[in-house]
Amino acid sequence: MKYVDEFRDGGLARGLAAAIARAAVSGRVYRFMEFCGGHTHAIARYGLEDLLPANVQLIHGPGCPVCVLPGGRLQMAIELAERPRLILASYGDMLRVPVAGDSLLKARARGADVRMVYAVDEALALARRHPEREVVFFAIGFETTTPPTAVAIRRARAEGLGNFSVFCNHVLTPAAIAAILAAPDAAVRLDGFIGPAHVSTVIGSRPYEACAAAHAKALVIAGFEPLDVLQAVLMLVRQVNSGRAEVENEFTRAVSRDGNLRAQQLVAEVFTPRAHFEWRGLGRLAHSALAIAPQWADFDAEVRFSLSERVLCDHKACECAAVLRGQRRPQDCKVFGTACTPENPLGSCMVSSEGACAAHYSYGRFRDRTTQGESA
Amino acid sequence: MSHGFARRLDLRGRVEMVHGGGGRAMTQLVEELFVAAFANPALQALNDQAVLPPPAGRLVMATDSHVVSPLFFPGGDIGSLAVHGTVNDVAMAGAVPLYLAAAFILEEGLPLADLARIVESMAAAARAAGVSIVTGDTKVVEAGKGDGVFITTTGVGMLAEGIDTGGARARPGDAILLSGTLGDHGVAIMACRDGLDFDVPIVSDSAALHGLVAALIAAVPGVRVLRDPTRGGLGATLNEIARASGVGMRLREASIPLHEPVRAACEFLGLDPLYVANEGKLVAIVPAAAAAAALAALRAHPLGREAALIGECVSDAQHFIELETAFGGRRVLDWLAGEQLPRIC
Repeated sequence: MKYVDEFRDGGLARGLAAAIARAAVSGRVYRFMEFCGGHTHAIARYGLEDLLPANVQLIHGPGCPVCVLPGGRLQMAIELAERPRLILASYGDMLRVPVAGDSLLKARARGADVRMVYAVDEALALARRHPEREVVFFAIGFETTTPPTAVAIRRARAEGLGNFSVFCNHVLTPAAIAAILAAPDAAVRLDGFIGPAHVSTVIGSRPYEACAAAHAKALVIAGFEPLDVLQAVLMLVRQVNSGRAEVENEFTRAVSRDGNLRAQQLVAEVFTPRAHFEWRGLGRLAHSALAIAPQWADFDAEVRFSLSERVLCDHKACECAAVLRGQRRPQDCKVFGTACTPENPLGSCMVSSEGACAAHYSYGRFRDRTTQGESA
Repeated sequence: MSHGFARRLDLRGRVEMVHGGGGRAMTQLVEELFVAAFANPALQALNDQAVLPPPAGRLVMATDSHVVSPLFFPGGDIGSLAVHGTVNDVAMAGAVPLYLAAAFILEEGLPLADLARIVESMAAAARAAGVSIVTGDTKVVEAGKGDGVFITTTGVGMLAEGIDTGGARARPGDAILLSGTLGDHGVAIMACRDGLDFDVPIVSDSAALHGLVAALIAAVPGVRVLRDPTRGGLGATLNEIARASGVGMRLREASIPLHEPVRAACEFLGLDPLYVANEGKLVAIVPAAAAAAALAALRAHPLGREAALIGECVSDAQHFIELETAFGGRRVLDWLAGEQLPRIC
């Protein structure tokens, strides 16, 4: 498969792994956080940890859109879905996320009209097909999914689709990276970041520069293919060895310093930054999310349905918050693989395939057994 | 058969509630469509049951409901699928399928021409597989309460003494074989649903596998386990076998055959082909010493030309299916949780 196989070549991978092993100074531990769930998935899916030397460690970050959405916002979505004559259109992963014993799937079983969509266009199509009903798109995601939502809102106005609105939960990557670096122990725990792939195609590499400089951390933007990840790890090891803390771009085939200006312009036109937004795991962060701008308020479900903010605590045994901050590994959580499994998740990280817990459970947990076997 | 109806069934019409009402319209639908297409003495007796001579050996029975949207897809339709699905369930016991029963739930409004096409396709698939559709049932549900047509088929087959291919018989050291490429059926259906148009059309692998099974058993009578990786794909099938047999498995990803368009479509749709449904493939677990003979027997049959040895059973108390990735790393091939979904990020 052209343009895919080139980035999954086993021979090249072994060559890169050998280069990483040569570059990593023995006696020194390198800890890199992959921010994105897409990277987490690729690392687990291709077994990349097996190719890295023991002193080069990857720590999963918070870049899974489903995982970082706090329970309160999900409960607002459930309340929306239960309104009569309303259709809530949501990405599939969101349906299974548990909140206070409830979920969108359970709401659907009770009679709420919740539809799984792959893209916002399908929500627009629902609104056209059902002019007598309100159709709300449950918008989540980082900067990757924001421009399509902006396009959908503009199209809805152009078509006069008065029954379409968006429950906006779009969040911003640089704010989350800054929050992780601001944690008191981040300086010792992290040597650098594997920076976002698809997000960076939109925002470019420039927005990370201030953060990398302020906290003296290396950041290498990398594609989601397994060779991209290995190449980025090698670049990070070399930065650390030479005492640099720069933003480098491994994903030059798709990411420029300025990003996609047309997409940024669309987003700026339709959205406005929120003063604060609650993140699961990271808490309430300033300027970390987008709301629909006042001039587009007729498409804002929070305005149209007078939604009030909810704040909910996570399940008390669930350690998703610490996992999202990179402070705990999935397998360190007491309920991992016992009370919390992909079939019956307690926390959001066990739901989406981009979630650190689901990725480790589905692809990597045989390594936990190996460790147990050796210690027994 | 004398018709006895004022006019023949008008295939330009649609299924109406009256076609399930038990009256003349229903009888006409049954006789002019189903009995005519499936033509065999047991069915033509027009009783509520089929009376059949008992076969030699042991009886094997299996049932399977078929719900698929769209009803027609490249490589088949719900009719041929309803025959192949149940024939294969019987065949995986190592048995020779003989008879099918078919129950139809029709949705009011289904074009009768579509129904006729489906029934003809079922009849052709049954003839090709050498099985007779000997009894059946028809119900009609109101518009909106079905998906055009649902078909449940129940199959009966004959199993010779001495053959046992149940899922609990895999042993550490056994070889794991796959009869061909993965994902063709599931991807063909999804490509139809999403209106995806590939340069090379992806065609369902829907096929009756009892001939392939017979060839395999003739070459390797000691086959331990046979199963067809339908819903949940290879991942679900191997996990079922590992759990039932109390073994683990080691697979080599690079040895698992995939058609290039299927691989590309899975990449595009964000799917893992190891979890995508197949309707014309089987997994065979055989003693290591018989692996070469089993592979040769599979490859000698038209439905097994692309068969491959994909791994081995190992001793593992936790029954993990471990996959050596094409990349040189390792991972678990777990049960699928929920549905496969594309990435948001």
